[in-house]
Amino acid sequence: MTVVRHGFLGALSPAHREQLVGFAKEVSFPGGIRIFEEDGVADRFWIIRSGLVALDVHVPGRRSAVVETLGEGELLGWSWLFEPYRWHLGAQTRVAAQAYEFDAERVRAARAEDPAFGLAVTHCVAQVIARRLKATRTRLLDLYGPPA
Amino acid sequence: MTVPVPYRVTEREAETADTATIVLEPVQVALQPFAPGQFAMVYAFGVGDIPLSVCAIDGHRLTHTVRAVGAVSGALHALRPGKTVGVRGPFGTGWELPAAAGLDLLVVAGGIGLAPLRPVVRQALAAPERYGRLNVLIGAREPRDLLYTEEVRGWPAALTTVDRPDSQWQGEVGVVTTLLDRATFDPPSTAAFICGPEPMIRATAGELAHHGVDPERIRVSLERNMHCATGHCGHCQLGPLLLCRDGPVVSWTRARPLLMVREL
Repeated sequence: MTVVRHGFLGALSPAHREQLVGFAKEVSFPGGIRIFEEDGVADRFWIIRSGLVALDVHVPGRRSAVVETLGEGELLGWSWLFEPYRWHLGAQTRVAAQAYEFDAERVRAARAEDPAFGLAVTHCVAQVIARRLKATRTRLLDLYGPPA
Repeated sequence: MTVPVPYRVTEREAETADTATIVLEPVQVALQPFAPGQFAMVYAFGVGDIPLSVCAIDGHRLTHTVRAVGAVSGALHALRPGKTVGVRGPFGTGWELPAAAGLDLLVVAGGIGLAPLRPVVRQALAAPERYGRLNVLIGAREPRDLLYTEEVRGWPAALTTVDRPDSQWQGEVGVVTTLLDRATFDPPSTAAFICGPEPMIRATAGELAHHGVDPERIRVSLERNMHCATGHCGHCQLGPLLLCRDGPVVSWTRARPLLMVREL
């Protein structure tokens, strides 16, 4: 198994990366496939190895609105880490994608058994969330819009 | 040249609903050659003049992309071939691409910030043996705001993202900094060229410096209220810099402390 060393996995120490990858299985998704739905049970998560995945929000009466895309090395899904373990967004492949898939319950159990591993994983997920929050706030500025 | 020289509009191409690219040729006397990153003061007769970066350089022909956001830019945007404008220049500092020989090149553009960077990409593509890997990262508000779409399609290693996708958009969505993860470059051996809204410049340059790109090799293009373009009126002052003379292109080493000061 070739391990992606940048992105989410690259933020972990070699030992914790190896520990996490021990839970992974390699999966492939064709383009245009729904991976999960908003409010569904967040029982898995993925680290994308190739391809592009769109995160979207369900808008009643309209087509889903894409709010972000994720690519190689990025974490797909963090709702599995916090109760109530429900997806905040939906996800669909833009093009065919390959990923490491993780069983959330197994990783949560390992996190409870090994606090150092748990802290490292939680820290990395928190960094992802913080980065996405910052990006979202930047987009709220509507930087490219017409001058006020 | 501090007195406007007459140039004639010879071509005009609409880029987006509010943005057009115009090609200017000298009526008689030509200005000195422009370098990528430098700007001209382009005068719409009877309305006023504004700074416009060159987005293509071809002998004495000047190409500018103008977005209609005010009276002068609106007048320039409305020009058609055959009309005449006044042009002063060249002014300011350039991107200094030759200094990046042997390095990976990272070009990051936000919105109309792609215009002054286009000559950098063209020059890099014209002499690939001089440089390392070329990455072009482009951010825009919406797909319909993207510039030079046909040309960009032909650029290898160009990645584009938008803030607000429409239903047809199948590409990336998100801020341009997220594309840095997709780019292939070796930070200690990289020269970066960044132009766009200042918060985007701050975020991009800050992230690159954090990842090990030498701040002296990160070149950013800043904009202030340029009037005289000769360093006399002071309208474009940014701390100790007069951006019409000391900029618009400066290193991140110089720009960073100034952009962190409130109300400067």
